[in-house]
Amino acid sequence: MNKTLIASIIAAGLTVSTGAMAEKIAIVGGKVHTMTSTGTLNNATVLIEDNKISKVGKDITVSGDYRVIDAKGKVVTPGLMGAFTSLGLVEVPSYGSGVDANAGKATISAALDASYAITPDTSLRNITRIEGFTSVASAVSQTATMFKGQGAIVTLGNDETPVTKARAFMVVDVSEHGAEKAGGSRAALWVELRDALNQAEYAKNIRFTPQTEWHGMPVADVKALIPVLKGEMPLLVIAHRATDIRQVIALKKEFSALDITLVGAAEGWRVADDIGKAGFSVILNPESNLPYSFEQNAATLANAGRLNEAGVNVAIGMNTHNIRLATQNAGNAVANGLPYQAGLAALTSSVAKIYGLEDSHGSLKAGMTADVVVWSGDPLEVMHAPTNVIINGEEVKLESRQTKLRDRYLSLKSDKPVQYTRP
Amino acid sequence: MINKTLNKALFTGVSLLALATLAGCGEAENKDSKEQDALVEINKNPFPSTYKPLPSETTLITNVTLLDGVGGQMENASILLENGKITAVGTDISAPDGAKTIDGEGKWVTPGIVDAHSHLGVYATPDAHAHADGNEMTKPVTAAVWAEHSIWPQDPGFRRALAGGVTSMQILPGSANLVGGRSVTVKNLPNRTIQDMKFPDAPYGLKMACGENPKRVYGKKGGPMTRMGNVAGYRQAWIDAQAYKEQWEKYYDDYDAGKNPKAPKRDLANDTLAGVLDGDILVHMHCYRADEMVVMIDVMKEFNYQIASFQHGVEAYKIADKLAENNICSAMWADWWGFKMEAYDGIRENIPMVEQAGACAIVHSDSDQGIQRLNQEAAKALSDGQRAGIDISKAQAWTWLSANPAKSLGIFEQTGSLEVGKNADVVLWSADPFSTYAQAELVYIDGGLAFDRNNPGSWAVSDFELGQAGEGDQK
Repeated sequence: MNKTLIASIIAAGLTVSTGAMAEKIAIVGGKVHTMTSTGTLNNATVLIEDNKISKVGKDITVSGDYRVIDAKGKVVTPGLMGAFTSLGLVEVPSYGSGVDANAGKATISAALDASYAITPDTSLRNITRIEGFTSVASAVSQTATMFKGQGAIVTLGNDETPVTKARAFMVVDVSEHGAEKAGGSRAALWVELRDALNQAEYAKNIRFTPQTEWHGMPVADVKALIPVLKGEMPLLVIAHRATDIRQVIALKKEFSALDITLVGAAEGWRVADDIGKAGFSVILNPESNLPYSFEQNAATLANAGRLNEAGVNVAIGMNTHNIRLATQNAGNAVANGLPYQAGLAALTSSVAKIYGLEDSHGSLKAGMTADVVVWSGDPLEVMHAPTNVIINGEEVKLESRQTKLRDRYLSLKSDKPVQYTRP
Repeated sequence: MINKTLNKALFTGVSLLALATLAGCGEAENKDSKEQDALVEINKNPFPSTYKPLPSETTLITNVTLLDGVGGQMENASILLENGKITAVGTDISAPDGAKTIDGEGKWVTPGIVDAHSHLGVYATPDAHAHADGNEMTKPVTAAVWAEHSIWPQDPGFRRALAGGVTSMQILPGSANLVGGRSVTVKNLPNRTIQDMKFPDAPYGLKMACGENPKRVYGKKGGPMTRMGNVAGYRQAWIDAQAYKEQWEKYYDDYDAGKNPKAPKRDLANDTLAGVLDGDILVHMHCYRADEMVVMIDVMKEFNYQIASFQHGVEAYKIADKLAENNICSAMWADWWGFKMEAYDGIRENIPMVEQAGACAIVHSDSDQGIQRLNQEAAKALSDGQRAGIDISKAQAWTWLSANPAKSLGIFEQTGSLEVGKNADVVLWSADPFSTYAQAELVYIDGGLAFDRNNPGSWAVSDFELGQAGEGDQK
């Protein structure tokens, strides 16, 4: 890797992978969903070299120095991207341990930085990746204010430093929960949020020193909001109620550089055209179809399909321990009106677009990071699963703490106590 | 009074001859005593079911792939629903005069799904504090409470579950308490009252809970604050219930002997616990960890009752052989794990591994979302098992959704399989229900068409959703 490339990677806020230089791999004969304008190719080949995808297409000759993965009868997709998680920040959330996803007692808000807290040694890494997820967006989930701080993009490969993009996005909650944090009412929340953005507008020209006279919000927080204000950092806005989404659209008119993605958006379909016109993406759980609160009265299984119909970029996947079930979530969205390719995109290219990663992740074409999954069949079908998972050019074992537990107990006939069986 | 004595004698199985003898002895012994007071009896069914099936028409569904729910699969099958019952299943059934015939080519028919673990109505949406009616967190043993007194029949979740092919469910109190109270089994046909939903003649269940929840809730409220405290709590409750049961038995014995005993003071909690000891009420015990389940099996033996099922059983795969030996079902999720320590060892093959050991496996929801897709939960468990080398068919996997839960709830005589004479609780699926894309198209409860996906005008809408945004939408 030459120095210029390393410098440019560092400049872009990316971390160089510490994984070994991977072998050359050819995935041959599969049904390849490229998630590009090339579409789906039957009986196609994907070549991987130097941790990148080097070629995708039909009638590609594979030289002898490639390890061949036979994908005949199988399906090939880009590695799936967990759209909205706290993966790497939490091992056992309830009454448990290993929890950095809850920062409820922190004195900072927007400045919270998940990248410092993420560990690659979480059991969730392998458990998640063997289901076809090769990277995730991860942020703190519980905070004392409407802000949930800055999230990170995380690879699920064998990297010791798994954060591939720190401070990749900011999360703010303007739903009922956010309003509770703002004193109990949206009447306070929206004033406070505008005030924070106005402070960032003012602060963006200040070079802060300890001597700077500043009587606004904590300096770390206002500094964290400056790239958001400039549109350099995507802003994820948790909102459900149609009228709250209209407020987000109004906010965008006042602060026009904001790069907004709605999260949740249970009633998004009611304002689908306006969301489309505003250019927002949406991350949602398409199965959420109950009025969990009055702000979600119009929740429906048709939400994803209707938003897509209005031209909205829809991503699917809001979970942590079971972000792996986003494939099933997407399948149910398809069963309820989302076109199939949009269902696949909701786990790949649509997620990459939200985080500005479309030049490296979420599709299969030359030059992309080699996150590739081979499936036994349709990834959105509950009975299919990955047969091969390649992350950053390296094929990972389909093994996790859970598969080891399974293998230990698969037969209950042993003379010795189970702890002597190590699968 | 004589009638009461007679009833009691018949009820307890004492023969008339014995009764005469007893009465004779009584007279002899108590010739100077006063006449007996009226016998005090406990009404075991003070909130009787008022369930009425929907009006139905004779319906023949033809040309389907049929899973009978007890392990069989039939191609090009037909099923006849008549007067609320299944009256024929086979490949060569002709429609009776006036019957409605539905051509199900390419579609599948299964028994309606029975969910052994729901909190619909006791934790209704909207999820307001006002609707938190599932956990009586005032003391660790609340055997006196009955879930049916908390259920709000207008919970929109019932109708969502219907669209997922669920025709019956057990609604349980939560798991905060060692003994949480009585569960109730209902037909998934919401009406004005809970009595309207109660599954006729279904036995009651009793919710109990192992592990983290009771000790978390009571650790700083007088205990239990440890797992050993939990077990002491169950055992003391059973000891008290045994004493209560003996008091009543002595009362009836004395009465039958012609004496005029004073009836013991009734105690609601012990009524329920004694009902378990009598075998009338089925224990469904929330328990995650393998070691705790086996402790509970010993408690069960110590006090001579039967645990019908462990609920959640996240580590059931570690002791599946012992579950089989002790005839205890395990009601499980396909893949929930890790949200607390006792769920940390959850694996995707739990359900198929329990099946492989010959134990009774059940796919349950414990969720207003999961209950809408239990067929998919079974599909995931099936395929995970198959990939691990466990040979299970789709037909066998459907027993996890209907026959096994029905057996664990004591309603298998009435529902849970497509066999002649059973209630016509039947689902027509748009495709193979082990596919993500399959949807319940027609759902029959006792032969009445409760859900017709292709006829939006016919969909049930709860009171709560009337006049709100999204009323009557695709949900």
